[in-house]
Amino acid sequence: MKERMKQTAIRFLAACLLAALGAASPAFAQLKLTITSGVTDPIPIAIVPFSRAVPADGGLDVAQVIQRDLESTGRFKAMDRKDMVFTPTTSVEVDAAGWKQQRVDYVVVGRVTAQPDGQVRIDAELVNVLTGQRVAGPYFVGTSTNLRNSAHRIADALFEKIIGVKGAFATRIAYVSVDGKPPKQTYELFVADSDGFNRTRIFASPMPIMSPAWSPDGEWLAYVSFERRTSAVYVQHRRTGKQTMVSARAGINGAPAFSPDGKKLALTLSGSSGNLDIYLLTLATNELKRLTEDPGIDTEASFAPGDGNTIYFTSDRSGSPQVYRLTVGSSERPKRVTFQGGYNARPRVSPDGKQLAVLTQDGGSFRIGVQDLANGTVQILSKGVQEESPSFAPNGAMLIFAGRDRGHGVLQTVSIDGLTSARLDADAGEVREPIWGPFLP
Amino acid sequence: MTIFDTRTGVQMKNFVSLSVLVATVALLSGCPTKPVVPDTPPQPTVDNTAGVENADALAGDTTASMGPTGDLLSKRIVYFDFDRAEIRADSQGVVAAHAAYLSKNPNQKVRLEGHADERGSREYNIGLGERRGQTVRRALALQGVAEAQLSTVSYGEERPAAAGSDEQAYGLNRRVEIVYLK
Repeated sequence: MKERMKQTAIRFLAACLLAALGAASPAFAQLKLTITSGVTDPIPIAIVPFSRAVPADGGLDVAQVIQRDLESTGRFKAMDRKDMVFTPTTSVEVDAAGWKQQRVDYVVVGRVTAQPDGQVRIDAELVNVLTGQRVAGPYFVGTSTNLRNSAHRIADALFEKIIGVKGAFATRIAYVSVDGKPPKQTYELFVADSDGFNRTRIFASPMPIMSPAWSPDGEWLAYVSFERRTSAVYVQHRRTGKQTMVSARAGINGAPAFSPDGKKLALTLSGSSGNLDIYLLTLATNELKRLTEDPGIDTEASFAPGDGNTIYFTSDRSGSPQVYRLTVGSSERPKRVTFQGGYNARPRVSPDGKQLAVLTQDGGSFRIGVQDLANGTVQILSKGVQEESPSFAPNGAMLIFAGRDRGHGVLQTVSIDGLTSARLDADAGEVREPIWGPFLP
Repeated sequence: MTIFDTRTGVQMKNFVSLSVLVATVALLSGCPTKPVVPDTPPQPTVDNTAGVENADALAGDTTASMGPTGDLLSKRIVYFDFDRAEIRADSQGVVAAHAAYLSKNPNQKVRLEGHADERGSREYNIGLGERRGQTVRRALALQGVAEAQLSTVSYGEERPAAAGSDEQAYGLNRRVEIVYLK
């Protein structure tokens, strides 16, 4: 017992040290974003350089961050700055007719200003060149260290004004990075901004880390680590690094998923008999409730949005992996929901609850499919041979998943209509298991 | 013979014969691509975090031992077909040899480490690796090994023995490693 307490203390200190190291390390090792396909008629837009607040803005080119965000969706074509004849910073200075001649539909202008209290304010305005309509705001106030986040929030608002769907740029992703050649590899869990910047290491181990999951408030991550040689599920606070081992039962401890209220964790346990079933763990009380009882493999629980009583999961009870739906507290048998193809696994429900993303076998390839839950229609959204781990952006407009580029593990995004896609490459090692976090408060 | 795998809808004929060949070659040659004692760290301590910077310092599994040697006993890996957990005919001899040794040495414990190839979803592959480990465990138990001598762990596709995305690597990675413990 004493030994265990000591180990727990050591591990806690280690986690704190690691968190401190991660937080202190500069954002040097970024993910590099490349657009791989866009719509055939992207919206032409001019994002004019914003007026600067030197040195309060820390040298950040706010307009460039916004431009990168909008272009990353594949739905915008931004005008090259060197083609801009004028560089206004307020909408009243925008000569709509002149920009129209330059064949842009929208102009974004703005200003970065230092506030007396040390905060930095960004004002941005959108001008519809075709209608001449000037849209005041949005503006955001932030400290210079999170100015980049303020810029993402402006991009979110601009995206919504033009496309009609809230952007998901001011969000985070979590993913696993693996370095080294088998059998000696290093595993790291990272959190980064949705554009790959501001990478922070959450946890690292010479043993596998897998299945990261966000809490609904974006403050916690659950994941599986084999650092004790056998699997265990941990919950870790993103900012403080505080780590709690919530399940290290005999056999498999895997596939954690937070309930919509963040109070429970669905997970996969096997016991020593090796029969994988889905359980519900109440985090505050450690109360454990068994949700499936089947001799097959039941795993990869995913909550539908709402009251937390609807769970989708993978089961091979019918002979091949397929997705089923269960209702917590109901005595009814889980219902099978995927029927197209011999392999459908790792379900994730869209934020509006209407679609299901799955890993599906398409011919000889494993690809990302999205099934309409109302009519059962399946659309294959990816084109690779070995893809996995789809995860919805909180606005439901995009999916992030793991793919391969020349045999190398990369992260990829695809719009829900399949028209646009992008790739996020790591500068070293393989990256995989990307999970898109919630909207930030 | 053509095997149609109903689980995947994949025609397995060439694939099976290739993986059998690969596994056989690996078994005959003592599988040089995979050391008998895996390079894995000791039980968790503060070193786990230090190990990120210096993984070499952590090499070696302090819980594993060299174990017995001998024609079949030196072979510690049982290979499997895609999405399958049955012990193939070419591995029955290896399992039987370990069963005989463990029956005669009731204090010796082994850990059965189940693995999968990289195709498909990660957590489902954890399940597949576990199913394979349990198969070997049941086979050993049926041949007289006490349950107390046996434990299983599944690493799914997380700890491949061979890098690469081809049939050869897949065949080497779908395996159960019999690890003798100290």
